[in-house]
Amino acid sequence: MKALVFERNLPRFAASRVASVLGSGRGAGIGPLQLVEAGAPELPGDGWFHLTPLLSGICGSDLATVDGRSSRYFEDLVSFPFVPGHEVVGVLEAGGTDHTGRSLAPGTRAVIEPVLGCAPRHIHPVCPYCAEGRTGLCGNVAFGALEPGLQTGFCTDTGGGWSTAPLCAHTSQLHAVPESFSDEDAVMVEPTACAVHAVLSAGVADGDVVAVIGAGTLGLATTAALHYPVGPATSCTVLVGAKYAFQRTRAEALGADTVVSPDQLARAVRRQSGSLVLAGRLTDGADVVFDCVGSSESITQALAMVRPRGRVVLVGMPGRVTVDLAPLWHRELTLVGAYAYGTESPPGAAEPHRTFGLAIGLVASAGLGSLVSAAYPLERYEEAIAHAGAAGRRGAVKVVFDLRNRNHRNDRKGSTR
Amino acid sequence: MSPRPGFVLDVDRSTPPTLFWHGERFSLERLPEGSRVIYAPEPIEPLKDPSAAIRAALTHPVGDQEPLPSLLRPDMKLTIAFDDISLPLPPMERPDIRQLVIEQVLDMAAEAGVDDVALIVALALHRRMTEPELRHALGDRIYDAFAPNGLLTQHDAEDPDALTHLGLTDEGEDVEINRRAAESDLLVYVNINLVAMDGGHKSVATGLASYKSLRHHHNPLTMQRSKSFMDQHRSELHSANWRMGRLIAEVGPTIFQIETTLNNDTFPTAVKFLQKREWEWKAKDRMGYLAASTALDRTPARYARQIFQSVKAPHRMTSVQAGEVEAVHAITTDHVWVQQGVVVEGQTDILTMGLPYISPYNVNSILNPILVACLGLGYLFNMYRGKPLVREGGVLIMTHPTPWEFNPVHHPSYIDFFEQVLTETTDPVEVADRFEESFATDPWYIHLYRTGHAYHGVHPFYMWYWCAHALQHLGGVIIVGGDAAAVHRLGFRAASTLADALEMATDVVGPSPTLTHLHAPPILMADVQ
Repeated sequence: MKALVFERNLPRFAASRVASVLGSGRGAGIGPLQLVEAGAPELPGDGWFHLTPLLSGICGSDLATVDGRSSRYFEDLVSFPFVPGHEVVGVLEAGGTDHTGRSLAPGTRAVIEPVLGCAPRHIHPVCPYCAEGRTGLCGNVAFGALEPGLQTGFCTDTGGGWSTAPLCAHTSQLHAVPESFSDEDAVMVEPTACAVHAVLSAGVADGDVVAVIGAGTLGLATTAALHYPVGPATSCTVLVGAKYAFQRTRAEALGADTVVSPDQLARAVRRQSGSLVLAGRLTDGADVVFDCVGSSESITQALAMVRPRGRVVLVGMPGRVTVDLAPLWHRELTLVGAYAYGTESPPGAAEPHRTFGLAIGLVASAGLGSLVSAAYPLERYEEAIAHAGAAGRRGAVKVVFDLRNRNHRNDRKGSTR
Repeated sequence: MSPRPGFVLDVDRSTPPTLFWHGERFSLERLPEGSRVIYAPEPIEPLKDPSAAIRAALTHPVGDQEPLPSLLRPDMKLTIAFDDISLPLPPMERPDIRQLVIEQVLDMAAEAGVDDVALIVALALHRRMTEPELRHALGDRIYDAFAPNGLLTQHDAEDPDALTHLGLTDEGEDVEINRRAAESDLLVYVNINLVAMDGGHKSVATGLASYKSLRHHHNPLTMQRSKSFMDQHRSELHSANWRMGRLIAEVGPTIFQIETTLNNDTFPTAVKFLQKREWEWKAKDRMGYLAASTALDRTPARYARQIFQSVKAPHRMTSVQAGEVEAVHAITTDHVWVQQGVVVEGQTDILTMGLPYISPYNVNSILNPILVACLGLGYLFNMYRGKPLVREGGVLIMTHPTPWEFNPVHHPSYIDFFEQVLTETTDPVEVADRFEESFATDPWYIHLYRTGHAYHGVHPFYMWYWCAHALQHLGGVIIVGGDAAAVHRLGFRAASTLADALEMATDVVGPSPTLTHLHAPPILMADVQ
């Protein structure tokens, strides 16, 4: 069995950062990521099970890590060496129990909710955030029974999805995959959960004008979450900035009312909101802007197109950015992050829902498994990561590692695209 | 020697290459044998004494109208409206006809002791003119006498306090025009009738109207029923304007219409070869062509645009008539036809045209892709009487660089139209149904139209509607040498050479097609038999 392992190696880290200047994902060939022989990590204790990855996605935060562009903020929230990969669908060869305590038979497919909060760390009593089900906000991600790691895929003890060897999954992380799901549907649950959490935490109301910057995986999933009722349906108008023609088509299919090129998004928002323009900024604007890119430019753009007292939600992971916050102060804007997932209380819902449960529903209703555009074996990791880094330009949305053996692949429908 | 009439050349082996405009450039293209090239008549003799002719027209009006001096009295309210920057094309050398005519009207008003005189630019939903543009059109004396005192204004179709609703036509069309004009005792309208579409009741009913009024005839169905809008008697656009104009004549102010025509002496001496027939080019013309085309090929597009936009045409006045609107316009139309009419036998499978750098809506500006479409499919396609030059299902081939470029000051709503409307649909009817109202009522566009130099938010829609008849009639449109992405956004096909375009056109019209080239400018009207 093999796994991609990310070592703490400063010279290689520096080299990957230099290589990434040539393009996102170029750090894979020269950086601290190495393909090695690997076995299953030892289970950290009770309530842990081995999950053998089937598909594992490559996301923006993975690319930032591989390219040495991650914020130093995360330095103490990871432990080396680790196996990346937190968007994972796998199979419980020996069975297990899911987050509700339900027994899962051997051979059951499951996705993991990768946050390593109090429960997997065997911390009792759990922190107030975990007690509320907001595990993404847990402050104990460097403490307890595990080495530091805010998620599976960044922790040395758990293994990760970029591996043909099993990883360790805690019962609190496991969600069984519906039988009707293909593996591609399943691997989209984690990024979809991020979008669901972002949309539900944004307080979008009926009649709102909503802008989505970016039409990669997160942008498209956010668009879908705005259109398909993950909570009570809202009749908002959704405008999406999409760089490539296929992204435009995808966004329209997922319910965007208007799709324009990114440099035209502010103009489209202006027209939709009936706003005037003053010194390059709108006098009114979108009620909510979802920034699914996370760059200085996209945040600046978001601040320029949101209405006074409007809300900018950072869905894409930002690093160190340079942004003029004068409009935030002057227009009393709210700039909020939307990290991960946990438990949601959709407006009007009788009881809270796990974000992953809502995401599974959204993947099914919106057909988000079709966003998986390319699958690579682990051995071709450099190509895979380069493809993910240039996904939009190369007509792809989600690039994944295909970790299934031949038998497994044939068992699953829709496994090759 | 009297000027020669228009001419249809049959291309044979000995025919030299034909000049094609390509925006701010031009090229010589060899057309297939058997093709036809339509040339405009040569510039007709201008009036020898324009001032005397103007005075004669004002004092000897046509139709049921008194001479201007007898309509003037000291206690009256007099308004003089005049055509805006869209006429003539290219802008003419000083003195502009508007200056010549208005100076005499003002002299007569002064002699009659009229104190309450105001000038209004009849710009409808066009952009406001700049001070230099107004000075060019009116002359410094008029500008300095009126503008500083607020007596020279530009029609504001979005100022509810400056509009008056005069009623509805028999067809239920709103007639809402400029309040100052409507409440005047006498409204003098000064036209430059560059093409047959200009003037008549359209002057006041369109030039001084509001959006509420204009929408009744500036729409896809009207344009599809105007075959062509250059032929008043077969133009629904004109029928609607005539209904409105007659209502204005009935309930509105007394209108004293002044119409003028120009000869088609379009280009200054240095580039006179542009309006000559190629087989008659002399050594000087060939040298001029070589020098100009070589220099332009080496000039960045932005500077080439500046050079051409600075060109002033040596147009000269060929007629002036004044009086009652319809009587005046009938004479004017005859004069336009004398200068521009060319009899053409039968239609063609493929019509080619080289698009120049200018249209009515980009004077001192950029001919953006929407205006490219409008110039070709709106204006030049419609330069016919009888039948279109190209048969139904035929192909129109235009040469123009079609840059993906817009003037954000003049054409802000065009950018959004291009990015947000044409990406959804190019069908004029659907465009109107789904998008027109939101653009027309957009407060930002209205603000820019009223306070800046922007065309109204709805204006790009009108440009697209102008194409509606051609879009319905043609089997295909190909742009040679255009920005491929921009051309595709327009819904057209892009070709890199004329030969490629002709090859592509045979997919639509079949092998061995007939081909006709419209050699304009200078402007011509085809009388297709």
